[in-house]
Amino acid sequence: MISAGSPEAPVLVRREWCKGCGICIAMCPKKVLEAAPDGKAVVARPDDCTRCETCEIMCPDFAVRVVAKRAAAPAGRREAVADGR
Amino acid sequence: MAKSIDEYLRTQFMPHIWCPGCGHGIVLNALLRAVARLDLPKDQVCVVSGIGCASRAPGYLDFNTLHTTHGRAIAFATGIKLANPDLHVIVVTGDGDGAAIGGNHLIHAARRNMGVTTVMFNNSIYGMTNGQYSPLTPSGMFAATAPYGNVERNFDMCELVRASGANYVARATVAQARQLSTYIERAIENPGFAFVEAVGSCPTYFGRRNKLGSSLQMLETLKKNSVTAAAAAKLDPAELRGKIIIGEFYRGDAPGYIELYDGVIERAKEAAGK
Ligand SMILES: Cc1ncc(C[n+]2csc(CCOP(=O)(O)OP(=O)(O)O)c2C)c(N)n1
Ligand code: SF4
Ligand code: SF4
Repeated sequence: MISAGSPEAPVLVRREWCKGCGICIAMCPKKVLEAAPDGKAVVARPDDCTRCETCEIMCPDFAVRVVAKRAAAPAGRREAVADGR
Repeated sequence: MAKSIDEYLRTQFMPHIWCPGCGHGIVLNALLRAVARLDLPKDQVCVVSGIGCASRAPGYLDFNTLHTTHGRAIAFATGIKLANPDLHVIVVTGDGDGAAIGGNHLIHAARRNMGVTTVMFNNSIYGMTNGQYSPLTPSGMFAATAPYGNVERNFDMCELVRASGANYVARATVAQARQLSTYIERAIENPGFAFVEAVGSCPTYFGRRNKLGSSLQMLETLKKNSVTAAAAAKLDPAELRGKIIIGEFYRGDAPGYIELYDGVIERAKEAAGK
């Protein structure tokens, strides 16, 4: 079991930068994040995190970091693209 | 590769000034991830902006940065690229900054195929000055200067820049942040003029006045309204009303200005007998 603030937690929220927009909370497919009473995000279910990085990519405030990244994907396939061509 | 994009931030100036949920942060995040994947040394990147909320971005970035005057970022970027062609020069501009006051610089940089990457943070409004409409505010939408709805037609920036001669043209919304980041990466890699329109949101001025809901709802609307270029080709204009066409529209390899100018230098040297 890893707790939200422990060094092993896969995802961290920097409270001083978070503006409580709720985007990460809504976008996380595993519902790892929750809103604190002040609206800012907290890591509520770290064990459920699959390290997909959606929260980190979607946070407009650079306030969420997935600290334990997955192994690097092969070059050229690093960000998913559905080309509209 | 950078361990974290935090390495590219002047963290001492964070949190940034953008409103909660502002799409500009998602675009900047996509840009920084593109730079990280390309593993560009910080000293070889120069980010140039004009004036506006979007144009505040360079202040938070630990690259060579220049925050210039309204609409003139591309003019400054052109000078920087000519003086130091080895730099990766990236322009960050708003739809007002880049399409209104700076529109002329944009089309001429594309015509010259100048070696500059331009990322237009299109939030459909002048955010910084409280919500006047821009040349990219869709027809019919409300703005401080269009209280009964915007009667003007909006530009299709990608068509405009493509027709002006750019080597790379693409568009994605912040609801496709991974795709957006990949387009920015390809734009930086592509020689000549490269343009990425990043369709985002201004929840504060555009969103409130048009009753578009929270920043999260605006994101969902962007996602719902996005149509890939391939799918759009099969739809008629009526079906495309209100839609945002996303995709890579053009990748060319016409010689860039910098390459051609190297030839000028060679010829001038020969003429001078050096
Ligand atoms: C020469 C000049 N004209 C007008 C202004 C006022 N002004 C500041 S920002 C801005 C528009 C910004 O809109 P946009 O580029 O879309 O950026 P946003 O704030 O929406 O990110 C205007 C008109 C100015 N600073 N200088
Ligand atoms: S997306 Fe970022 S700013 Fe918004 S609630 Fe989550 S951590 Fe906070
Ligand atoms: S006014 Fe609009 S564009 Fe400017 S920071 Fe706020 S939400 Fe973003």
